[in-house]
Amino acid sequence: MTPEHVSAHGMERVIDARGLTRRFGHFTAVDGITFDVAAGEVFGFLGANGAGKTTAIRMLTGLLAPSSGHATVVGLDVATQSEAVKRRIGYMSQRFSLYEDLTIRENIRLYGGIYGLSSAEVRRRTDRIVARLELESAADEAVRALPLGWRQKLAFAVALLHEPPLVFLDEPTSGVDPITRRQFWEMIYEAARGGTSVLVTTHYMDEAEYCDRVSIMVAGRIAALGSPVELEREHGVKTIDELFVRLARPDGARAAAS
Amino acid sequence: MSALTGLLRKEAYHILRDRRTLAVIVLLPVVQVVLFGFAIRTDVRDVRIIVVDPLPDATTLSLRARLAASGVFRVVTVLPGADELDGIFQRGEATEAIVFEPRFGERLAQGLPARIQLITDGTDPNSASVRQNYAMALIGAWDRERSPARGAVRIEPRTRLRFNPTAESSNLFVPGLMAFVLTIISSLMTAISLTREKESGTMEALLVSPLRPWQIIGGKVAPYLAIGLVSMTAIVVEARLVFHVPLRGSYLLLLAEGLLFILVSLALGMLISARTSSQRVAMLGALVGTMLPTLLLSGFIFPIESMPRLLRWVSYIVPARWFVTIARGIMLKGIGIVYLWEPTLILIGMAAVLLTLAVRSFDVRLE
Amino acid sequence: MRRILVLAWAEVLHVVRDRATLVQVLVIPALQLVVLANAATFQVRNTPAWVVDQDRSSASRGLISRLGASGHFRIATVSGSTAAGDEALRRGDATLLMVIPPRFEEDLVRGGSAPVQLTINAEKGTAAGIVQFYAARILDAYAIELGVARTGAPQREAPRPGGRVEVRVRNWYNPSRAYTHYMVPGLLVSLVTMIGTLLTAQNIAREKELGTLEQLNVTPITRGQFIAAKLLPFWVLAMIDLTVGLIVGRYLFGMPIRGSLLLLFGAAGIYLVVALGFGLFISTLVETQQQAMFVTFFVMMVYLLMSGLFTPIESMPHWVQVVAEANPVRHFVAVSRAILLKGAGPAEIARPMAILSGFAVGVLWLAVHQYSKRTA
Repeated sequence: MTPEHVSAHGMERVIDARGLTRRFGHFTAVDGITFDVAAGEVFGFLGANGAGKTTAIRMLTGLLAPSSGHATVVGLDVATQSEAVKRRIGYMSQRFSLYEDLTIRENIRLYGGIYGLSSAEVRRRTDRIVARLELESAADEAVRALPLGWRQKLAFAVALLHEPPLVFLDEPTSGVDPITRRQFWEMIYEAARGGTSVLVTTHYMDEAEYCDRVSIMVAGRIAALGSPVELEREHGVKTIDELFVRLARPDGARAAAS
Repeated sequence: MSALTGLLRKEAYHILRDRRTLAVIVLLPVVQVVLFGFAIRTDVRDVRIIVVDPLPDATTLSLRARLAASGVFRVVTVLPGADELDGIFQRGEATEAIVFEPRFGERLAQGLPARIQLITDGTDPNSASVRQNYAMALIGAWDRERSPARGAVRIEPRTRLRFNPTAESSNLFVPGLMAFVLTIISSLMTAISLTREKESGTMEALLVSPLRPWQIIGGKVAPYLAIGLVSMTAIVVEARLVFHVPLRGSYLLLLAEGLLFILVSLALGMLISARTSSQRVAMLGALVGTMLPTLLLSGFIFPIESMPRLLRWVSYIVPARWFVTIARGIMLKGIGIVYLWEPTLILIGMAAVLLTLAVRSFDVRLE
Repeated sequence: MRRILVLAWAEVLHVVRDRATLVQVLVIPALQLVVLANAATFQVRNTPAWVVDQDRSSASRGLISRLGASGHFRIATVSGSTAAGDEALRRGDATLLMVIPPRFEEDLVRGGSAPVQLTINAEKGTAAGIVQFYAARILDAYAIELGVARTGAPQREAPRPGGRVEVRVRNWYNPSRAYTHYMVPGLLVSLVTMIGTLLTAQNIAREKELGTLEQLNVTPITRGQFIAAKLLPFWVLAMIDLTVGLIVGRYLFGMPIRGSLLLLFGAAGIYLVVALGFGLFISTLVETQQQAMFVTFFVMMVYLLMSGLFTPIESMPHWVQVVAEANPVRHFVAVSRAILLKGAGPAEIARPMAILSGFAVGVLWLAVHQYSKRTA
C-alpha cells in the first residue's frame, strides 16, 4: 500500500474514486463522483432508480470502463488492472447471481473453484456457510427451491467465500421481508467486524441508518456524503429518508448545492 | 379492443427493436433464394475423370479426345496404371476412371475383344449411376461411329419437361422455400417468443390482465402473420426479378393460401410453447417438430414417392407438404382452386384443429 | 485448469438437470437419423407413371411391363387418351407420362428405330432429371432385349467389322448402391453440428439473460478459461451423439465402417472444436437466446446446403465451389465419408484436416477475443 491509499483519518482506503465519469452517448450516467471507502467500513450508496448507482458499481468492479476520471479499488487501478481487482473483491449483483438449477453445495463449489480455493478449503467453508445459514437440510437441494430471502443470504455468503477485503452488494435486500432484511444486515455487520469493507446500495432509507457513512446520488452526482448523524445535523432533517426526498426532488439538488 | 391494440404495439416494438433478429428475418428469404437459385444444382455436371491408358495408341487417343471434348467430363490426369486410383478417390480428387487394357487399339484391329473398365466412386449411388451412364453413352456413340453395328434396335426417347421446361432449379425451389421461410417465422419465432414471456414472467401479467385468451394469442401472433406475408411477397418478387421464376396463377390465391399456411404454423408454434418451459427446449422442439419435417417431408427437396411407406404416411400430417403442392401448382402450373381444393381443405382442417388446441392450451393455464 | 473443470462441471449439471434438453440431445439425433436416412433420398422409387399406349402391340405391352417391373415406376393407368394423361400430370397424379405412338412395333421391326414420348412433371423438382434418366435406361435395356430377339445376339455383340469393345462397369465403395450408406455419414455430421452449435450459441446468451454472466465477469476467471469451460462439456456431449449415431448407422442401416474409427473420432474432435467454437462466438455477439438461435440457424442453413450433403459440390458453379472451401461442414462431410465409406487413411484426409485445424484455431481466437468481461 502506497501512502496515497491511506485516508486523512489514517485508515487504509479500499476504494478511492476521483472524478469518476461514465457517459453512454450523450447521456452521462455517472458525472464525476469523488469519494472513498475505508477498510472495515460499511458504506451506503443511496440514490433513486436511475441515479447512477449501478453504473458506478459496475465501473468499480471492472465490468465497465470509465469514460474519464480515476479510481482505485484495494489499491489497484480499475481502468488498467480490472482483472487483478476481480481477484480481491466480492460482488453480489442486483439480479440473482447463483445458478438456480444447481444445489447450494454445487454453487459454492463452483465459485470456490473459480476463486482458486482448494477442494478441502471449499468443503470446510461450505460446511461453515451451511451451518451459519442453518441450511443443513437443504444443502443438496436446488437453489430454485429456496425462498428469496434465503437465496439472498446465500448469495452474500458466496460473495464472501474467498474472503475478499471488499464486497459490493447491489440492492441485496430488495423484495425481501423485514425480518430477513434485519438478519441480512446482521451478516453485513459480521463481515465488517471481520475486517471486510462493504459497499451496499439500497433504496430502503431505514437501512441507510445502519451504515457508517452514506452517499446520496442524484442524477449521476453525489449530492450528499457523510455519516448519517452528520448529514441529518448538517441539513436539519430528522431522518435520512427526509433528506433523500428533499434531494431527489427536481429542485432539491439545487437547494442542497446553494 | 384498445388493450389488444396495446399488445399488438408492444409485440411490434419487440420485433422492430431487436435488430439482429430483424436482420435475419429480412435476410433469410433473400439469401435462401440466392442460394437455391445459384448454388444448388442437383444435376451432375463437370465430372472429374481419370484416364488410365497403359499404352496410348491412336484408338485410345481418339476416345480420350472425345471425352475431353464432351463438356461433361473434365480429365483430371492420365495415368499409366490403376494403382493410385483408390487414393485419388479417397481424397475426392476424381469420381470416375476409365481404364483401357494394354494394346487396346491393337486388339481391336486384330478382331479381338478390347476391354474398358469404367470405375466409379459409388459412394453417392445416384450421381454414380448418372456419371456411369454419361460415360457409357459416350463410349457407345464413339463405338457406333467407329464401326456401325447391323441389326440393332433403338428406341428414341423424346423427352419434354412439363411446367419447368428449362429445369431451372430456382423455379422448383421457390415454392418449397416459401414454406420453409414461413415455418421459421411463424412456428419457430412464435414458440420462442411465447416461451420467453413465460420464462421472464411477463406472460403471467398478461394472463391476469382483462385480456381474453384469444386476444393475447391474437396480439402475440398478428405481427408474425404480417411478417410472414411480407416475406412471402419478398420471395415471389425476388424470384421473379432475379431468377425469372414464373407466377402463372393468381397471386391473390397464393397469398390467401399462404395466410392459411401461416395460421397453421403459428398454431403449431403456440402448441410447442404451451408444452415447454424454457427457450432451449422450445427451440429444439420447434426445430424437430416443424423445421425438419418442412425441409424433408414436404417434397421440397426429396421426392415423397421414393420414401418408405411409413414416412409417406407421416408426410400427410406435415402441413408444408400440402402448401408446397399448392404453391407449385399456382406458380408453375398456373392452376386454380378447382385443382387445389383438396390440399386447401386439408390445410383449413389443420388450421381449425390446431388453433382450437392452441387457444385451449392457454385457457387451461388461466384456471 | 481447475477453474475450467469446475465451470465445465457446473455446465454438465445444467444439462443433466434439464431433462427435456437431455432427452432432446441424446435421443432425438438417433431418431432423426432413422427418419432422415430414409427420407433424404433422391432415388426414384414408385414414381407414378401414366402410360398412353396408342400402338397396343406386343412390343408396346412389353415396354409397359418393363417400366412397371423396374421398381422405379408404378404404372398408375394405361389409357388411350393423351388428354387424360395431361390432366393427370396437371393434377399431380402422375410424374411421368409415356406416350407410345401408333406403329411403334412396326417402326421398330422395319426401320430398327421408333420414338417414344416422355413427358415429365418437372415441378417435382430434383427428381425430374433422375426420372428422365431411369426412363431412358429402361428404354435402352428394352431395345437391347428386342435386338437380341431379332438378331439372336445382344446388340453390343451384333456383328461388326473388327473386334468389339467390352465395357465393364465397377462401382467402388458402395457396390450395393445403398443410398442410406451414402447419407448416414453426412446426416450424422449435420445433426451433431446443428445440435452442438445451437446449444453453445444459446449458452452464453442464456447466462446474459439470467444475469449470472455478470457474476462470472467479476470473478478472476480469464476469457480463455471461460471459453474452454463452455466448450468442453458440449464437446463430450457431441462425441456421445456421434457415437450413438454411428451405432445406429452401423447396426440399423448396415453402413460399412471401412476406415479407422480412431481416425474418425480424432478428426471429429478437431471438427467439433470448430463447430462448437463457432456457436460460442455467435453467443458472445448476441444479447438474447432468440437472437442466438436465429443467427445460428441462418448460418447453419447456408453451411448445410453448401456442404455437399444433399447435392454434389462439383455440380455447383465454380465461384460457389471456391466459397464452399470456407465451409467447415463441407470438409468434415467429405472426411467422414472418406473414412467410413472409402477407408481413407490419415494421408488421404490431410488436406481437409489441415484446413479444419486452421479453422479451429481461428474460431477459438475469435470467440476468446470477442468475449469481453466488460460491457463496453
